[in-house]
Amino acid sequence: MSRLQVVSGKGGTGKTTVAAALALALATEGKRTLLVEVEGRQGIAQLFETEALPYEERKIAVAPGGGEVYALAIDPELALLDYLQMFYKLGGAGRALKKLGAIDFATTIAPGVRDVLLTGKACEAVRRKDRRGRYAYDYVIMDAPPTGRVTRFLNVNDEVAGLARIGPIHNQAQAVMRVLKSRETAVHLVTLLEEMPVQETADGIAELRSAKLPVGRVIVNMVRPEILDAADLDLVRELPRSALARSLSAAGLGGARRGGHAEKLVDPLLEQAGEYAARYALEQEQRSVLGHLDLPLHELPLLAEGMDLAGLYELATELRKQGIA
Amino acid sequence: MSPEPAHAQDSGRRLSPARVLAVDPLLDDPRTRIVVCCGSGGVGKTTTAAALGLRAAERGRKVVVLTIDPARRLAQSMGIDSLDNTPRRVKGIDDSAGGELHAMMLDMKRTFDEIVEAHADPERAAAILGNPFYQSLSAGFAGTQEYMAMEKLGQLRSRDEWDLIVVDTPPSRSALDFLDAPKRLGSFLDGKLIRVLLAPAKVGGRAGMKFLNVGMSMMTGVLGKVLGGQFLKDVQTFVAAMDSMFGGFRTRADATYKLLQAPGTAFLVVAAPERDALREAAYFVERLAAEDMPLAGLVLNRVHGSGAAHLSAERALAAAENLEDPGIVDQDDGKAGLRNSPDTYGSSASPDDPAAPGRPHGPKGTETPSADQDPSADQDPSTAPDPSANTPEDTPADPDRSVDRLTAHLLRLHADRMHLLAREQRTRDRFTALHPEVAVTEVAALPGDVHDLAGLRDIGDRLATPRQELPDPAE
Repeated sequence: MSRLQVVSGKGGTGKTTVAAALALALATEGKRTLLVEVEGRQGIAQLFETEALPYEERKIAVAPGGGEVYALAIDPELALLDYLQMFYKLGGAGRALKKLGAIDFATTIAPGVRDVLLTGKACEAVRRKDRRGRYAYDYVIMDAPPTGRVTRFLNVNDEVAGLARIGPIHNQAQAVMRVLKSRETAVHLVTLLEEMPVQETADGIAELRSAKLPVGRVIVNMVRPEILDAADLDLVRELPRSALARSLSAAGLGGARRGGHAEKLVDPLLEQAGEYAARYALEQEQRSVLGHLDLPLHELPLLAEGMDLAGLYELATELRKQGIA
Repeated sequence: MSPEPAHAQDSGRRLSPARVLAVDPLLDDPRTRIVVCCGSGGVGKTTTAAALGLRAAERGRKVVVLTIDPARRLAQSMGIDSLDNTPRRVKGIDDSAGGELHAMMLDMKRTFDEIVEAHADPERAAAILGNPFYQSLSAGFAGTQEYMAMEKLGQLRSRDEWDLIVVDTPPSRSALDFLDAPKRLGSFLDGKLIRVLLAPAKVGGRAGMKFLNVGMSMMTGVLGKVLGGQFLKDVQTFVAAMDSMFGGFRTRADATYKLLQAPGTAFLVVAAPERDALREAAYFVERLAAEDMPLAGLVLNRVHGSGAAHLSAERALAAAENLEDPGIVDQDDGKAGLRNSPDTYGSSASPDDPAAPGRPHGPKGTETPSADQDPSADQDPSTAPDPSANTPEDTPADPDRSVDRLTAHLLRLHADRMHLLAREQRTRDRFTALHPEVAVTEVAALPGDVHDLAGLRDIGDRLATPRQELPDPAE
């Protein structure tokens, strides 16, 4: 299994949640994983219900079986200063650079530098070994930018390597690219069973492939429970209103006669069934589109109570059950 | 979910204290010149912007919608699938009120190129456009898109061809980048760093500037080392070529910023009733206030309702269980007392219910007192007697079983809907408690995506009409 697991997805699909669940799932059985955030949103801290993460690797969860999940929110500014310090022993000059706006320039305006720093830091964690020569982390899971930007984000090193044709940034970019394009890396895309996210997933996969970045799995998130199946939906169309009314009445919900409590439930219940049917048809359509992508496909359930820490562990279990971790 | 009784939940929805955002007066007011839709990704920003534009146009205004990254089919529905950075008139709208709808998709590279071409002589423009640093800068590092969106907005506004400009904001890492990016790029382009970068090219080795030169050579030395000499040289050439335009960038960034604060601008924060989206929305509301940006209100997309909101999830589930597990209710003494209950379907319902004979294959439609048909109606299921008293006669009643099974599923579907409603209400209430001053309009969820004008028109109707619960069957 690839040691760098990159998780992307359209905004609103829950990619941070899936990344976190994956980090938990991969940490079971005494493994150690690092969950990396690159967009400065502190989504991981919110998910794990802890205070904002600093720019340092910090243990945030213990997985079943004694594994550990560490988290790191990469701050590009600090990463750059770190980096300059490491290679150039800048000391106070770093502050001068900052005052001049050079750090701001390099991390927010100069094309690609920010992304190189972010991916570079993640790749460093992938390659890092302890004194005994073992990997510091068994897996590094990156909560990456959304699908629309992820290829550029991961591939930016290529661009930068071309732009800065010599020098440490160039070398760094090349080293990062070697990791990202190898089997050490897998890029997973999170989607919903809705048209736009599915379309974006398909587009994203094409982009990743043409950039020769390794595509991993497609994870459909927040899949609603199948309360009515296709056969039920056929039956509902045929179901006489009076039969439904009587059945509701039999269930203890009031009178089935016109104007009775049970009878008055018939219209709203059938309307909800109609909405469900429309959505069901759309979801089946999107499932078949995803099926044609020719990638391992997984589904995670919608958590009825919304996302919380318990839910995260639930999703992690589900991921393990499906053999993702 | 919490086991609130049905009535508390029902009235809970009605008592929601949020102010209602009146969309039509906002769109109709000739003083409204710009509407900015912002919010986190995946909440329907672009669709909302398009729907607002269409509605305003069909109500008689001359509108242009500036979208950033529309879904393909939405773009096609407005005829702007060609990305040419110019507003195109949208065909097929109802123009009886004298309005027009134009739409365009932002091409950030083209927009940047246009600025260069407009502000530099051809030779210099060519030098800039061919510079590798410029090429990757304009093709999309984080921030260019935001800057160019604001730049384009400024351009559209100054052309003064439209009554109303509706802008969608880029899907940023943070929804606020578009406020910061122009300032950031502006301050870079005429900041100290630029002067340092320019210095070797411009000042050379003038003696009077010696102390500065030391600093500069250190800086350029470090930058050269880090970025590589060629890269730095590209930046320097770029900066030198752009020199004359720096003032312009800053001035325009400032002007756009002021435009956003002007009374003719209205911000709409778009969200879905989900925790993350509303948290982002709350943050946005606070930020807009801090920046003196005029917030018109919150558009809450994809809100669910139910026509049977008075039937709680708990009661629906209990009833579903009744139907699914006939063992609980199929016994003789359960029927006796119920038969006469006035609100129970019994023999009396059959004659005046023409649909009754249509009940599939059921002996029950006519044979009222059948064991499985008339269980503990209207009674709390918990009062149902001992399940061990099961009778064997439910086997022949199979078709009715299948109706009951289906009914049970419909009840479960309803319970699921009620749980969703409660969850949406809780997230919403949290937002309202934090920001009671923000007017809200709710847009009922649609089963699928919108990709034609009719769909956009429907969204527009939903935006403008305060969401109605379906008529309460109890009234």
